Amino acid sequence: MTSPPITAHQTENLIDSSQKFNPTRLVDRIFKVLSLLLALSIGFVLLWITYSLLGIAFPAIAQFNLGFLTSQAWDPVQDLYGALPQIYGTIVSSIIALLFAVPLGVGVAIFLSENFLPQKILTPIAFLVELLAAIPSVVYGMWGIFVFIPFILPVLQFIHQLFGWIPLFSTSPSTRQMFATAMVLAIMILPTIIAISRDTMVSLSPALRQGAYGLGATRWETITRVLVPAGLSGIIGSVMLALGRALGETMAAAMLIGNANRINVSLFAPASTISALIANQFGEASGLQRSALFYQALILMIITLIVNMLAEVIVSRFQQVE
Amino acid sequence: MTSSPNSANSKGQSAVSQYSVAPQRQFFGNFMTGLVLFCVALALLPLASILFMVLSQGLSRLLQDFPSVFTQLPPPPLVDGGGFRNAIVGTIITSLLGALISVPVGIMAAIYTVEFGQGNRISQFVRFCTNVLSGVPSIIAGLFAYGIVVLAMGTFSATAGGVALSVLMAPIVIRTTEEGLKSIPRDVRQAIVGIGATNFQGIFSVILPAVLPFIATGVTLALARAAGETAPLLFTALFNQYDARNPLREPTATLSVLIYNYAISPFRNQNELAWAAALIVVLLILGISVISRSLTSRKVY
Repeated sequence: MTSPPITAHQTENLIDSSQKFNPTRLVDRIFKVLSLLLALSIGFVLLWITYSLLGIAFPAIAQFNLGFLTSQAWDPVQDLYGALPQIYGTIVSSIIALLFAVPLGVGVAIFLSENFLPQKILTPIAFLVELLAAIPSVVYGMWGIFVFIPFILPVLQFIHQLFGWIPLFSTSPSTRQMFATAMVLAIMILPTIIAISRDTMVSLSPALRQGAYGLGATRWETITRVLVPAGLSGIIGSVMLALGRALGETMAAAMLIGNANRINVSLFAPASTISALIANQFGEASGLQRSALFYQALILMIITLIVNMLAEVIVSRFQQVE
Repeated sequence: MTSSPNSANSKGQSAVSQYSVAPQRQFFGNFMTGLVLFCVALALLPLASILFMVLSQGLSRLLQDFPSVFTQLPPPPLVDGGGFRNAIVGTIITSLLGALISVPVGIMAAIYTVEFGQGNRISQFVRFCTNVLSGVPSIIAGLFAYGIVVLAMGTFSATAGGVALSVLMAPIVIRTTEEGLKSIPRDVRQAIVGIGATNFQGIFSVILPAVLPFIATGVTLALARAAGETAPLLFTALFNQYDARNPLREPTATLSVLIYNYAISPFRNQNELAWAAALIVVLLILGISVISRSLTSRKVY
């Protein structure tokens, strides 16, 4: 009736009840195991993706082996395939995109993390940048077709006339080409670089800034010699993530790059990337050609995996320093 | 030092501001400020142009034939008018299918890594896999769904599209849910243990309700991503000129694939429809991210 203090007898009871069948504990056990299984399923999906790509790519892997990586052929009639032009296009377009996007993005991130403007103006700009990161790549691609390429072609024509003797600019700018595609990619990855670099710069300890000012450094000396070096790994991490996005980007590349399955030295000529090739050819492909496309996808997956893991390592090292 | 103490005193204030920064240092500062302002202008210009073009081009088509864009089917080439009723429905169906798969898995995975795993080997491994998965190119998610769903079912379908999207959505749900779970104070967990509740009871009756705003944020962000993704749908949901009678087993039109098809088409009417569809998608994403912002601000703890 009244509740007596806990006795040994009762604790014994408790232990007993845990050993007997107890629906509450059973549910708890099931719940824990279920959550463990679903957590592990994330890793399982990664393996499954690799396995399913490998499975369909197998005929092409068996036929072309590693020679696939260095062959320039893409001939559905004779069933001869290679990936070199696409690997070249994927890497070169991403690197050019980074050359544009990194200085711009880091500059904007510095601007947004300093107090050049009142917070009231900076917050909407930061929101706008985040919104732009969410705009689908197909919209960037369409903007590239109808707005950017018509706008940039005369500029590229001018560059071609001035620097045409350099092999990189040696062909007359085509309406679908590597260089303009890379510039659109740069615009696409800008928000990623800005957002993460800004977060890094904002989260730096205020003591760094105060110390630098205390020693008599100007604002820009503080930024270039203290803040940027302190946030460097965060910035590099953002660049790596952006590189991963540029490498895997499909829609903008498929719409703008021109799908030429050969290597052109000139950046103003049509080119191809792995994802653009898949997007353009997968619909009509079958047999060995489809298999070769999956082989290319496998290569893309490995490239982006390496880049993203590097980004992961760099960012996590930064977090540990903090 | 050579000047008399009197004059130094009288001009003390100005002397400091004159000599504290050497001219070349001042120039460096001004130069860098100018350079950064130039960067901001150069970066914001294209971004502003995209927003402006989507708004102006999309609005002009939307206002031109207002309700019919939402109620009619996509037009064949060289036919005027038309809309994208089926694509709107298809985008909603594929996104929801993606959420149906990714949300339960994502929430449970996050519960394991934060509540049960608490930083052990397995939860570190799961977190690593989540990060890797979020970096998988979206077209590879599409090929994966093609391999496991389309080949197995023998047909393109919204189901396959949903599977492809779920691969991209799960990491987003996991991350935001984890963030929410970590924000719960230790006292709450101790209280749960203190009243003798099992993990299951504690999580379902106390922790999950408190984390709900975070979960909702994750789900809306994932939906926003799904609404805009094109590459994973190209070979899974494919496209459909008409309404899919049974989307689960039939090719299904989506807004993003419609934008792709009609943007590269040579016909003016289809180009215009692509802009209108782009506006709808951007507004959808904007709306969703505003909702998610207001949700996160409603924190319990």
